[in-house]
Amino acid sequence: MADGTTMVSSVWALAAAALLGALGLYAAVVDGALTARSSGAAANGATTPLVETARLLRQRRRTTVAADTLLWRVGGGGLIAVALLMITVVPLGHWTLFDLDVGVAWFNAMDVMVWALVWLVGWGPNSVHSLVGGYRFLAHGLGYELPLMFALVAPAIAAQSLRVGTVAAAQHGLWFAVWMPVAFLGYCLGVVAFSVWGPFSPALGTDIAGGVAAELSGVDRLVFQAGRYLLLSAGAAFAVPMFLGGGAGPLLPEWVWVLVKTVVVLTVLVWLRRRVPAWRPDKFMEVGWMALLPAVVVQDLVVAIVAVWRG
Amino acid sequence: MIVHVVFWIVAVIAVLAGAAVFWVDSMARATYALAVSFVAVGVAVLLMQQNYIGVVTILMMVMEMAVMAVYMVMFMGMNPALMPMSMVHDKRWALAAAVGMFAVLAAGILLIDWPARHGKPAADVTAALGEALMGPQMLVMVVVSPVMVSTIVSAIVLAARRTRYDRFGDDLKHRPADPQPGGVGR
Repeated sequence: MADGTTMVSSVWALAAAALLGALGLYAAVVDGALTARSSGAAANGATTPLVETARLLRQRRRTTVAADTLLWRVGGGGLIAVALLMITVVPLGHWTLFDLDVGVAWFNAMDVMVWALVWLVGWGPNSVHSLVGGYRFLAHGLGYELPLMFALVAPAIAAQSLRVGTVAAAQHGLWFAVWMPVAFLGYCLGVVAFSVWGPFSPALGTDIAGGVAAELSGVDRLVFQAGRYLLLSAGAAFAVPMFLGGGAGPLLPEWVWVLVKTVVVLTVLVWLRRRVPAWRPDKFMEVGWMALLPAVVVQDLVVAIVAVWRG
Repeated sequence: MIVHVVFWIVAVIAVLAGAAVFWVDSMARATYALAVSFVAVGVAVLLMQQNYIGVVTILMMVMEMAVMAVYMVMFMGMNPALMPMSMVHDKRWALAAAVGMFAVLAAGILLIDWPARHGKPAADVTAALGEALMGPQMLVMVVVSPVMVSTIVSAIVLAARRTRYDRFGDDLKHRPADPQPGGVGR
């Protein structure tokens, strides 16, 4: 490869899955600790995810009348599958699992899958509140998806490639996050949104009894929540080759830099959850179309002009 | 070898999932059976090394099906979409039309004199395909897209009950009293 990424044996997919799992657990631990601190609980919240996992594994599964069990389970488990498929194109330093020449479009296709999956989790239990939650997510989706797509276009134009390794290698010296900040923000917003996280959590709102997750219990709830953390982690990991220079950095080996940057992005995204108020889908729809989308398209225009000018 | 096996597997999945659209008795299942069928087609296209087209097929079709599920559930009269319902209508004519169409297409496949390959495939198959499809018709495509957008906008304008005169008054200067205010405060 011209950009120095090599495809590793598919056995390493297991290691990548373990790594993504560790990142997801880290995100959950940070969130637990922050929650405990802000609520003033005496206990250290860092163990919350483990305690919650143990509790959910022992919990009896709730059943509802005339549930569409197949679609319900597909929706929950699919989130984890999609997160795993996302990171196949993220290079860890030199190594990548799947050196696809359209890796950026691949990531985009995977994040669109989340539309279907979250709605299916809402549809499955045959329950009003879950279905309302599913529709809220799709309404958010109409607002965030196009800005996210056009945000992904910017680095691809600058690198003149849809291959993730080439995009990472194209930013020697100057990270794309620095000279295309609007695209970077649009991307981060998209990651938060497809993880049903922070300002995009009205789909899981307490005003609709937990929304999409209203009827989830036991291992199903565990799978759904794990899927959200894994999606957040996969989105943070993909930001590194796209906007943060990939493995570039002094002293440490490249793969360590990728992990360090991923952890930093992930920590910020987790921390932001309690700093940003929830966005109602009907209000965000207009923000997405009237403000975000034009801003990101102008960003693309600037990047395209720079790319042409550079020759 | 593996590519051939996977190709046949996704081909069978695509056909079966497509047929499942008419077997299942729920709007959601029919929609997502169609989505599975399209994803299988996307994977088949990926295996033919049309990477971009394969991935974009998956992207667009999953998104379309997610939106279609919403509209189907929303616009079904008396909302039978939330209950088990048959996915076929006017069975006899539909069956005749389907069998006839299948016979025509299958006869076409068998009877046509398929050309042998000349030369080698292009280095970038996607670019070559785009060139062949769009190259001479680029002007038409460029003209068609604004026409399509304006058609969509005018259809919505005609269908919407409230217009900008209802929102802003006859002189377009009043503050709108919207039942659902938007996020940028217009």
